[in-house]
Amino acid sequence: MKIHEYQAKEVMARFGVAVPEGRVVSAPEEARKAYDELSTELCVVKAQIHAGGRGKGGGVKLVRSADEAQDAAAAILGKALITHQTGPEGKVVNKVWVEEGSNIERELYMAITVDRTSRAAVLMASSEGGTEIEEVAEKTPEKIFKEVIDPGFGLQGYQARKLAFKLGLAGASFKNAIKVMMNLARLFDELDCSIAEINPLVVTKEGQVLALDGKMNFDDNGLFRHPEIVEYRDLTEEDPKEVVASEQDLSYIALDGNIGCMVNGAGLAMSTMDVIKLEGGQPANFLDVGGSVTKEQVVEAFKILISDQHVKAILVNIFGGIAKCDVIAQGVVDAVKEVHLEVPLVVRLEGTNVEKGREILAQSGLDLITASSLDEAAEKAVKAVRGLEKGLEKG
Amino acid sequence: MSILIDKDTKVLCQGITGGAGRFHTQQMLAYGTQMVAGVTPGKGGMEAEGVPVFDTVEEAVEKTGAEVSVIYVPAAFCADAILEAADAGCRLIVAITEHIPVMDMAKVMEVLEDQDCRLIGPNCPGIITPAEDGGCKIGIMPGYIHKPGKVGVVSRSGTLTYEAVWQLTSLGLGQSTVIGIGGDPINGTDFVDCIDLFNGDDQTEGIVMIGEIGGTAEEEAAAYIKEYVKKPVVSFIAGRTAPPGKRMGHAGAIISGGKGTAGEKVAALEDAGARVVESPSRIGAAMKEMLS
Repeated sequence: MKIHEYQAKEVMARFGVAVPEGRVVSAPEEARKAYDELSTELCVVKAQIHAGGRGKGGGVKLVRSADEAQDAAAAILGKALITHQTGPEGKVVNKVWVEEGSNIERELYMAITVDRTSRAAVLMASSEGGTEIEEVAEKTPEKIFKEVIDPGFGLQGYQARKLAFKLGLAGASFKNAIKVMMNLARLFDELDCSIAEINPLVVTKEGQVLALDGKMNFDDNGLFRHPEIVEYRDLTEEDPKEVVASEQDLSYIALDGNIGCMVNGAGLAMSTMDVIKLEGGQPANFLDVGGSVTKEQVVEAFKILISDQHVKAILVNIFGGIAKCDVIAQGVVDAVKEVHLEVPLVVRLEGTNVEKGREILAQSGLDLITASSLDEAAEKAVKAVRGLEKGLEKG
Repeated sequence: MSILIDKDTKVLCQGITGGAGRFHTQQMLAYGTQMVAGVTPGKGGMEAEGVPVFDTVEEAVEKTGAEVSVIYVPAAFCADAILEAADAGCRLIVAITEHIPVMDMAKVMEVLEDQDCRLIGPNCPGIITPAEDGGCKIGIMPGYIHKPGKVGVVSRSGTLTYEAVWQLTSLGLGQSTVIGIGGDPINGTDFVDCIDLFNGDDQTEGIVMIGEIGGTAEEEAAAYIKEYVKKPVVSFIAGRTAPPGKRMGHAGAIISGGKGTAGEKVAALEDAGARVVESPSRIGAAMKEMLS
C-alpha cells in the first residue's frame, strides 16, 4: 500500500525523524492560511499524488507570500498532474502540502528496502540526494553505500556511524543523521514497510537533518497489525476496477490492451498475458481468481472485465486443481447470462473434472469458443478481436 | 530415488482442525501420504480425519516420529508455527500459508539458518513425489495429474506448475519430485537448492524450472546450471508482458527499479544452456525433445 508524502511525514515525525513544519490543504484559501501559520518567508507548495517526478511535472512551487501560496495551490489543485510515473493521463491532485522552506546546505539520499538476496532489509545512503537514485545506481554505483539490517537485532549504531562518515558528515549533522537512520530503521521494521525513502534528506546550514520528501510503501500482508496505516489508504489514487476486485478477493491489475483475461493462479495469469502478446494481441488486464474460486467470484470477475470499455474479447483460462472445472464452467455460464456478455468469449479448461466442465459449456447454448491449450485459446482470442475490427471497418 | 520425500515420509499437519488443514489432510491421506499427526494448540487428544491431534509439535514428533510438517495456519501465526516445527526437530517444513508479512520471513530465515532443517514456501503448493506403490503428497496440488517418472520440476507458481506437470504426464515422461518454492520475496528454499538436489538424483533425467518476474533467483539458478548441471533444463519465465512497479498477484512478482525483468532472466538461462520456451504450453514437448 502506498501513502502520500504528507502522511509519510506524519509517520516519520511520530518516529523521531525530523521533518519540516507543514500543513496539508485541499483548497487554495486554506493554502493561504497555512502560509500565514508557518514561520518562514519561503514556503513550498507540493502536489500530493502517489507518483514521483512531481517537481518536473510542475507539481512543486516555491512561494514567498500568502497570495503566492494561494495562487500556487489554485494552479495545482483539481488538475491532472502528469509525471513520468503517472502515465499520459496524469493524476488529479486533491491535496497539496504547504511546507516551511529549509536552509539547505547538502542534499542526501536515504532509503530502506527489502533485499531479497540477503533476506533482510537494507539501508542505503548516498551523497547524491535530490536526483533519481536509479540514475545514480546506474552511472555511479560507488556513490551508494549500503548496510544490511539484521532482522533480529535491527540496525546497529556502528552501521549508522559508518554510513554517516562515508557521507562526510561531522558535528551536529553527524549526530542528527545517525538519529534519522536509527529511527527510520525502527519505523521500517515496526510498521512492516516495503519501502521507506527520503529523497532528499537535507542537511541545513544550522546542522539539522530533515526529510524534505518521503515515500513510504507498506507490505500489504503486514497491514493487519497496523490499522492506523490502513486509515491512510486513498482510494482515489487507485484504479476503481482494482478496488472492486480487491473487495472480492480477486487480484486484478488494469493494462492497456483489449483482451480481458480471467485465470486461476498468478503465474498462469501472467503467462496468459504473455501468450496473448506472443500471438499478436494485447491483454487488457491481469486477473487471478485464486485457487479456490467460487461461482460468485466468477460472476464478479466478469463484471469487472466488461466494465473496461476497451475489452473486445474475453479469455478464460483455468487449470482446475482443487477448483473443479465443472464448478468454474457453471460459474462462467451463469456469469455470461447474468452480465449479458456481448464480446466473444474463449474458454480453455483443463484439469479436475474437465470432461464435466466441457459438457456444461457445450450444453449451455451459449455462443462461446473453446480451446484445449493456452496457445490455442490465445490465438482464437486474438482472431476474434481481429474479426470484430474487420467487421467494424466494413460496417 | 526422489528428492526430500518419499512414500515412507512421516508427516504432521499444523492447523489440521482448520478448514484448509482438514480438507488437505484428507486429500493427502487419499494420495497415500503417511499423515501421522496433527497439531492445534488446545485440541490435543482429538482426532481429525482419523489422525491424532496434539497440542504441540514437540509432542507430536515425540509420539509419532513425524519428520516433516506441513503448515496451514493463518498468516498472522505462520512465523510462529514455522519456528515451532523447527524447534521440534522437523527436518523439512512445508508452509502453504499465503500472505505472511515479509519481515516475519526475514526473521524466520535468520533463525532457520542455524538449524538443520529446510523450509519450503511459504505461499506455495508444496512438494510431491509420485510413486507406483503410493506416493507422498505434501501440499495442495491435485495428486492425480502426477505420474512417477524422470523429470524434476521446481516452480515459483502453483497452477502454472500443474500445467507443466500435466504435460509431462500426458507425454509419458512423468515426474521424480515436484516442488513449488512459492511466490514470496523471501522464501526458505530457492531454485539453486532444488536444482542441486535434482542434479544429484539418479531418477531425475531432466529438470523443469518455472520462474517469474521479480528478484534474482532465476539468475542465480542460471549461474549454478552453467557451472554444474549437465542434465537438460527446460525453463519458462512468466511475466514478459508485466508492467514495471506492479505486483502481479504474488508478493514477489514485481519489477522494481528496472530490475527483475523476464528478459534478464531468459537471457541468463539461455546463456547457461537451458531451453527457455515462450509459452508454458511448450514445456512438456521441449523436455521430451531434449530427452530423446
